[in-house]
Formats: sequence, structure tokens, C-alpha cells
Amino acid sequence: MLTTLIADIKNIAKEVKQSQLSCLPLLKIDKDYLLEVCRYLFHKKHLRFGGIIAEQDDTRRLYYLFYLNKDQKALMLEIEDEVSPRPIPSISTVIHGADWIEREIEDLFGIGFRGHPRLGDFVIHNESWGKTIKPMRKEFDVKQPLYKKAGIGPDFWKPIRIVEGQGVFAMPIGPIYSGPSEAVHFMLETVGEEIIRAKTRLFYKYRAVEKLAEGRSVSDVILLAERFSGTSAFSHALGFSLAVENALGIKCPKHILLLRTLICELERLRHHIARIEGICNSTGLCVATSQAGILHEELLRISCEFSGHRYLFGLANIGGLLKDISYDSCSLLAQKCTSLQKRIKRLEGMLRFSSSFLDRLEEVGIINPEQARQLCLVGPVGRACGQDFDLRRDIPYLCYDELNFECALEVEGDGYARLRVFFKEAKESIKIIKQVVDLLNNSRLDGKIDFNIENFKEKLSKKPVGISLVEAPSGAALHWVRLDQKGNIERYRIITPAFFNWHAFHLSTEGFAFQDFPIILASFGLSVAENDR
Amino acid sequence: MKQWIIEGIRTGIKTTKYPKKEDTSPGISPGRPVLTEASKIDPSICPTSAIRKKGKKTEIDYSRCIHCYRCKDDRGGKLSWEMSYEWAYFTKKGQGPLKSSFQSSIHILVVDTGSCGACLSEVELLNNPYYNMHRLGFFVTPSPRKADILMVVGPVTHHMELALKKAFDAMPTPKRVMAVGTCAISGGIFTPSFITASSVSEIIPVDLEVPGDPPPPLAILYGLLILSGKMKPKRQ
Repeated sequence: MLTTLIADIKNIAKEVKQSQLSCLPLLKIDKDYLLEVCRYLFHKKHLRFGGIIAEQDDTRRLYYLFYLNKDQKALMLEIEDEVSPRPIPSISTVIHGADWIEREIEDLFGIGFRGHPRLGDFVIHNESWGKTIKPMRKEFDVKQPLYKKAGIGPDFWKPIRIVEGQGVFAMPIGPIYSGPSEAVHFMLETVGEEIIRAKTRLFYKYRAVEKLAEGRSVSDVILLAERFSGTSAFSHALGFSLAVENALGIKCPKHILLLRTLICELERLRHHIARIEGICNSTGLCVATSQAGILHEELLRISCEFSGHRYLFGLANIGGLLKDISYDSCSLLAQKCTSLQKRIKRLEGMLRFSSSFLDRLEEVGIINPEQARQLCLVGPVGRACGQDFDLRRDIPYLCYDELNFECALEVEGDGYARLRVFFKEAKESIKIIKQVVDLLNNSRLDGKIDFNIENFKEKLSKKPVGISLVEAPSGAALHWVRLDQKGNIERYRIITPAFFNWHAFHLSTEGFAFQDFPIILASFGLSVAENDR
Repeated sequence: MKQWIIEGIRTGIKTTKYPKKEDTSPGISPGRPVLTEASKIDPSICPTSAIRKKGKKTEIDYSRCIHCYRCKDDRGGKLSWEMSYEWAYFTKKGQGPLKSSFQSSIHILVVDTGSCGACLSEVELLNNPYYNMHRLGFFVTPSPRKADILMVVGPVTHHMELALKKAFDAMPTPKRVMAVGTCAISGGIFTPSFITASSVSEIIPVDLEVPGDPPPPLAILYGLLILSGKMKPKRQ
């Protein structure tokens, strides 16, 4: 498949330099042919778009990632941005999901995109900074103290109103909510009942994790990777570890891979149960909320007993795990999760026959499969709108290719479909945990890698790049790490699943009533922290 | 609907006895390091310099501890950890607990200023059957006008600074501010940075700090109890 792809791209783009980047095929093409090549890959070959990675040192480069298959994993396109009057063409006209990524890159690097409908005021909010800073540029000092620019204030930002007409008004929601909710702002335009147009404004919580990582040691940055999104901490810390291992060519022993799989699934289970609790809560079904809440708290306690931390912090490490885990504690974990399985099933059964609950979810917040593909939806949200894509099955990592599990898939794309996907995946996670514990029984639980960056001097001299593709609880995440000669991080890029899914969120609310809004929001179950980084 | 009622009764009471009785169930706290006289530890092992040398003595600054466990004895460190959760303390510049007339009904406004989601999830869990803060007279309120306590979660990002200030100004006096989590108290691993403040107290005055990354629900509950004056702070 790859050879025909490359041959076709060579036909389209004339000059193509083919090379390898951390085991992935990399094609360097001229920016004039970028649109054509993307159109070919996305529309003709139906590849999934994975994101754009920008890098700046002496030159500025952009890497476009397309997911391939089990063997070749992914295809990357490279574009160089020379200083010239011809800016890079925006691919958002061809792949709508790239729209926000281009806005992000423009805000952070100042790389312009020709033909993009709207740039600016995205990651860096205008009312706080104006257009004064481009923080991801190398010359920008991350440690400079918080400062205010004169003339910039709350009046500087005016929400863009789109709907005009008699009786039209805008309803702002956020960033402070009526309960413990994450900071995000919505502008809902309406004439009364129906939401005509919704706009999501994110990055209130932008903490510049990617910039903070630059120049710091690997052992420091793993803490950042773990803590930027607390509800999927281990998956992202694992993504970072795998990327560094990929860059340095470290191979982990079998039992480490199994244990990591186990912890990933435990996290997925807890994440999904928390989302189910959120959905029950949004519909006002008190007993169901309590039932799911009890499961959620019990899973947190199980995680804490297993690892020491309720959110699985302080476990991931390069080349292994920070803590030695015995087989006994794993089998105890499997037992406890199995005992939860019955209760999860009972909760699902009861919810399925609660008509007042289903009325609020069914045919509410619909995203159709075509929209989902265009916006590159991933994770449970994507799988609820017919996007049959799960990295665990399609591009397996750790031990997932040896395990037997089913991927959830629904096509309706409404709130109920999302709830079903969450339930199905939670149950599959328990199934995987049991299988992994069986496999652990047969493998030896010793052998450790003592990771020391000094041992990799030869590899580091080439400034290696590592890429990892990990299915975080909320979907496919990409971690890109470039190390410098000393073994510090030169560039860290995280493409999170929440970023793609938030992009599509507004579509699901348009055309539905006001009172459906919190339910749609809960049924998406998206993390703002994961998006904002 | 009746199956839900039956299910609810069948589940029984899950709520903790805390604060009447100490809760010692496993898995309710991530714990924190303790220094004993015999412990010799190299402060450089701590990524946020929570362990530091003061003269000849080594001390732990819990407001900086992010539970990375690198100093813990089962992960290559030397310190043992205690499984406590009564961690909250009043700040030196703060106003102390609320007056007794407020004790039976306290309304809380929660503001997320950049948390990773874990702290916020723990705050949300206070409404969970296991903790159920309503039984103690704590309520989350949607409006700053009705709030007695402002709960700030996460390092204050520049983008949230204005919203936080407005919420604080809109609250009637007497009011108290509570910084929840290491990131809110000291910035955690997100400082020094151009976009996050080094603590909430840089923006608004803070009365009570609850360290922990994230502080478990009982730690936040203990903080609420001593801030509302329902309970006397235990000596640390």
C-alpha cells in the first residue's frame, strides 16, 4: 500500500525526498503541492488525518501526519517554511479537522497560512496579550514574569456575533460555572429556545506545557506529561515515555509492557465510569448518579491501593515503571475489577429502561459520520459516530496485538450512542485487565532497565526524534519528542484527542434546545485541561 | 422509577463517618512524605524542591509536594510516607475561620483557573455518596453573590486572572478564599512561567491552603470544616 501511495504522491508533487523519521516514512514535498497531496490522501485514499507538528530551529518545518496501518503505522509529510512571500497553503479547506491546528500554530509560532478563514485570538487570548507574543518561538523566554500590556483589557475582546435578526440574543456561558466544571467559554446564539449557533472558546487554561518542556531534562518533563491532564495522566505519561524510548531505541521487557497495558486499562475504566457519572448527573437522575459515583470512587480507591495514587500519578517512567508491582497486587486488582463488572452491567441495564433518561439522550447532540470524518473525531466520541478507529487495534502498541478485545462502534452519533460506547469500552477494559493478569502469571516479573541518559551519547548526537501513538481514554494521542545533544527536550509536541473532539462539539449543539446543552456537554465528556495543555 | 428507589435502598449507606470518626479506609489518600530523625535524604531528588536544607536541618515544604513519589522508599527513595489527609492550614496573612453565625450553611463557589482536572474531580467527589458534604451544610453555589467561600483550583493562568478577580470582587463580605492543590498554592510544576502566576495569593488574598496534588476529598473537607469554624484545626 505504501509503495503505491508514494508513487502516486511522486506523480502529484514532482520533487519528493523520501526518508525515515523514527521508523515512520517521511516525504519531503514542496509546499505548492501540499493541498493536492492532502486531497489525494484524505479524500481519495481515505486516510485519517493525525495532526500537524511545527518545529523551529534554523529553519521552520511542518510535519503532517496521516495514520496508515499496523505495519507502517503512519505517513508523514514535511514542508519547509522559508522566508518568502509565499506563505504555506492552509489545508483546512481540504481537511476541516486541520482548521484549529493551523490556528494554534499561527498563534504560537507566527507561521501564517494562506487561505485560512480566521487566524488569531485562539490559544493566546487577545484581551490578555493583544497580538504581542508568539511563545513557541525559540527566542521567547518562558520564564519572564507575568506582565500586562498597556491598553489591553476586558474591552479589547468582543465576541463575534454571527446570527442577526429580530429577537436574536447571545447567551454567554463560562468560564466560571455553577458547579465544579472546567474553565471554557461558550457563546450560544438563539432566538429563544433553539441554539442556532454555538461558539466554543478554549485555552483559558493554557499553561504552555510544550514550551515549559523545552530545555528541561527527560525526568522533569515526564512530570509535565503526567500532570497536564489529571484524568488521563498515565496514558499521556506513557505516551511521553514511549516517544523517548522510541527516540533512543530502548526496548522494554515483556512484563513491563504487560503492566503498562494493565494500568492503561485501569485508567480507561475509571475515566469512562466518571463520564457515565457525568451523563447521569446532567440528566438529573440522582440515584443513577450516586450509583455511578460509588463505582467511580471505588475505582479511585482501587487505583490508590494498587499504585499509591488515586489518579495513577508517579508510576510511569522511561524504560519501565517507577514502582515494582507484584503479581499478587495485579491479581487482586483483577478480582476487584471483576466484582465491579456485575454492577456496571446492572447500572447499564437499569439506565436502558429508564425512559425519562433516554428521552434526554436519544437523538440529541447528533454528529453524523461524514462530519465526524471531516473533523477527524477520535476516541469514544468518534466511535459513537461511526469512526471505526482505535489505535489499540489498528496500530497496536504495548501488548495490545496479543489481546482479545472488541472495539465499540455505533453509528447514530447521538448522546445515547456515546453512552453505549462508554459502557462497552469500560466492560472491554475489565476483560483486558483479566487477560493481562493471566499473561502476567506466565511471564517473569523481573529484569529492569536502569535508564541513564549518559549511555545514549552516540544516539543523542543526531538529535533523535521519537514519536508515539497512544490511545488515551479519550482517544488517539500523539507525542512527539526531539532530544538535543545533552539529552534534554528540544521540542515536545502533544496532539491530544480532546483537541479534535472539542472542534466538533459546537456542531452537536446547533439545532437543539437550550436545556439539552449541559447534557450534550456531559455526553461528550471532554477534558478541557487535555485540550488546553 | 421504582427500581431506582429499590436500588438506592439496597446499596445502603456508604457515607464516611468523618469528621465524627476518623476514616481509615484504604485508598482515600495518596499520602505524603514524613521526615524522621534517622532519614537522610538528598534534597536534589525532589523535582519541585519541596525537600530542602535549612541550615543543617532538612525540612519538607508540603505546599510544593506534587506526589511524584521519587523520595518514597518503594521507588528508589528513602522516606516513608504517612497516609494522612488533614493537611489544610491557615495562611499567615489570612483572616482565619468564619464567624459562628455562618456555621450551619456555607455556600461555595468553585473556580477552575487551570487545574489538570484531577483536583476538580476531587472537589466534584465531595458530592459523592462516600463524602456527601451536604450533610455538613456545605453547598456549591452558582453565583458569587451568594458565596461565602471561594475555592480556587489550579495555577492561575493569565487568561483566568480577570475572571477570578471579578468573582472575588462580586462576593459579599465576610468571605474567605481557599486555594486547593499544590498548583494553586505554589504553582507546582507549571512555574516559573510567563502565563501562570506563582500562586493564587499573588492575585487575591488567600485564607486557607490545602496542599496535595490533588488533595483527596477528605483533605478538602477538612479544609472546609476548619475554614467554616465547625472544627478546630488540629496541630500539625
